[in-house]
Amino acid sequence: MWQALHEELSPLGLSVITVAIDRSLDDARPWVTRAQATHPSLVDTEHRVADLYNMVNVPTVVWIDEQGRIVRPQDVHYVSPEYASVTKFHPRKPIAALRAWVRGDAPAYAGDVAADTRIPSSSDQEARAAFAIAWWLTNQNRPEAAEAWYQRAGELAPHDFTIRRGSLPIRGLDPSGPDFFAMVGEWVAQGNDYYVPLPDTATTPEDFEIEPLAERSLEEIRRSIEAESHEAD
Amino acid sequence: MAIWTLLDEQTPRPVEVVEHSSGLAIEPGALGWEAKPEGLCRDEVCIPLPGDVSDRTRDGLIDVDVLARLLDRPVAIDTSEQVLAFAASPNERAAALRSGQAPDFELPDVDGVLHRLSDHQGRKIVLYAYASW
Repeated sequence: MWQALHEELSPLGLSVITVAIDRSLDDARPWVTRAQATHPSLVDTEHRVADLYNMVNVPTVVWIDEQGRIVRPQDVHYVSPEYASVTKFHPRKPIAALRAWVRGDAPAYAGDVAADTRIPSSSDQEARAAFAIAWWLTNQNRPEAAEAWYQRAGELAPHDFTIRRGSLPIRGLDPSGPDFFAMVGEWVAQGNDYYVPLPDTATTPEDFEIEPLAERSLEEIRRSIEAESHEAD
Repeated sequence: MAIWTLLDEQTPRPVEVVEHSSGLAIEPGALGWEAKPEGLCRDEVCIPLPGDVSDRTRDGLIDVDVLARLLDRPVAIDTSEQVLAFAASPNERAAALRSGQAPDFELPDVDGVLHRLSDHQGRKIVLYAYASW
């Protein structure tokens, strides 16, 4: 879907840059191949962009203007309708807002960008230091030593799912399996949200009435991704 | 003295570490700072050393926890694996994000070709982070 938006809006002055927060180029490659992406499709194995932009989950989107200024704070935008039945995010409002901004019809964000930007705490940054040690130990083939640091990082920043969920496959656990559901279940039971979108483009029930989407289960989506990425090989 | 690994948002690199009773000490130069009479200095910036830490900065070394506090950079230390990691300062990150200027970065694409955010200056950019997980 980002490829389609790239093709549509690139002539109007938009650069789409995707960043996979993944453990290797190989992990990200099937997704890029599948999308037939012609925009820059980058891979952030060290969580560099996550740190610089204080991104704590995926997907996270940030809009930047021609002067290199952040004009929309970190937000959750799912633009692919494929996952809507699973994520409960509808792409209607994010895509409309993006088109309006690129065409100059509307500002990127009506609120106060600086005030609504998520700022890291000291503990969040300490979690990133702990994650750096964990990831380094993983790459040194020291999984047992790494494990304690992944745990520590997750305790320091329990809201940071780029660390908590992102480290599950590194630790040999299924990132969409029981460990993930237990993690989210506990987080939500404490009164938190797993995704925290900005209010102006957040999905509301009428989005699904205005633009009905085909229902697909997570299992169907996974199977199709697997089949297509094998085809691409 | 022992050679540890320092993780500091750059390529992991060796650092000389002295272990003593109250913790670890390293040369501030490992993080790009120089110990001068007026304090820890880098370029035109000097951070005064509080008097109570003067005895912990002997022989050009400074305690890691003191350094982390002065630079506002959280540190993680693994003594048995001999590795330490300094995170970016939360206050610096907050100031950078609140300033509104998008931090530049360089990352590889899936073919290993490096790209910079600033290559796209003059255009609107959607930076979209996702993951295979």
